[in-house]
Amino acid sequence: MKRFLAVALLVVGGGAQAQGLTPPDELVKGVMLDIQAIIVKDKDLQSGDRGKTIRLIEEKALPHFDHVEMTSLAVGASWRKASPEQKQRLADEFRSLLVRTYASSLASFGSQKFDFRPLRAKPEATDVTVQVRVLQPGAQPVVVEYDMEKTSRGWKCYDVRVAGISLVVNYRTEFANLVREGGIDGLIRALAAKNKSLESPKAGGAK
Amino acid sequence: MRLRALLVAAALGAAGCASTNPDPRDPLEGMNRAIYAFNDQVDQMVLAPAARLYRNITPDPLREMVRNFFNNLDDLFIGANNLLQGKPAEAVNDWARFAFNTVFGVLGVWDIASDMGLEKHNEDFGQTLARWGAGDGPYLVLPLLGASTLRDTAALPVDWAGDPVAVHRPVDESNALTAFRVVGRRADLLEASRTLEEAALDRYVFLRESYLQRRRSLVYDGNPPRERRPAEGGEAR
Repeated sequence: MKRFLAVALLVVGGGAQAQGLTPPDELVKGVMLDIQAIIVKDKDLQSGDRGKTIRLIEEKALPHFDHVEMTSLAVGASWRKASPEQKQRLADEFRSLLVRTYASSLASFGSQKFDFRPLRAKPEATDVTVQVRVLQPGAQPVVVEYDMEKTSRGWKCYDVRVAGISLVVNYRTEFANLVREGGIDGLIRALAAKNKSLESPKAGGAK
Repeated sequence: MRLRALLVAAALGAAGCASTNPDPRDPLEGMNRAIYAFNDQVDQMVLAPAARLYRNITPDPLREMVRNFFNNLDDLFIGANNLLQGKPAEAVNDWARFAFNTVFGVLGVWDIASDMGLEKHNEDFGQTLARWGAGDGPYLVLPLLGASTLRDTAALPVDWAGDPVAVHRPVDESNALTAFRVVGRRADLLEASRTLEEAALDRYVFLRESYLQRRRSLVYDGNPPRERRPAEGGEAR
């Protein structure tokens, strides 16, 4: 599943500047294929070079995510009570957690095949879901869905669902528990500590 | 079989433990967390090492054949559930898969039906009960079996009765096949479980949310009614 989550994070883009607003399905397709092409050509990325992988995600995928929106949805009702500084820190920590978590799964991305589903939305829609089926030899296809919203800066992704599991919904309960225990600052501290633990080289663990 | 029944009975019987932080979907959180911790220990000490060993000593194509073999056996009961859910076309698809893969795919080790466009489905009796109107009921963590709900737990005896591996006799062959299948499926989840460790602030909660969301998606065959996006900073659902 991890590799699908990685795929999910890789929403599109690359060099394509969204001038006349690239339609969301084309945007997703372009970014995923772009990133895949880069990995296929790069041995370091295939062997899991962490720093390089994180840079790739930040360069190619992150510009197409609205991570503040994503964070606000995951934090839920407490978001409104947070100060602007707290909001910024929450969004930064959450963003780096997502990038770090899925960076290590990117290596397998090169060998996957994608089945980009036609967009089922009215042309005037401003909030759509883009579906991609990830095909792997010997396994059921996994559906990855990007919830995307039209903004002045182009279509931005605010949630990813992998096999029906929404990233935002998954974190919502965790975040709510932490806020109840330690307030917004408690949540920020927990996220920062988690990120720190992911930075230090891991001992052992599954290959 | 008797062991499984005992485990389920133990899980249900242990109800009533206090929970620290009541979530309406998880009233038995205290008990569930204890069982989760136990399962996690068993996984770390026995199952995950076995799965890593299995993965290290077998080539990918062989594992794929083993996976296909077990998946093919599932298609019979998946078809039955599709029929029970009023989806006869899907049921025919599943049984056609079984027929083609068993005959031409050498007892299912080659999934030629997928190449023919007969798509693999995911059904079980818990999903059928949900289609018939049963709600999730409380979230439950079952000893050794892991995440479940009251509804899905109630469905287990029917799932076992429909599982060719579980009803196979003699019993020791059935047990050996079951163990083999479990190790293989765990091997497929090695990456996912590392993601869980990395992504989750509280693994118990992360797993619970994933399970409940995944089941909801499966009940609706991948297309659950889309929940309206909560307003900015609003309460969801």
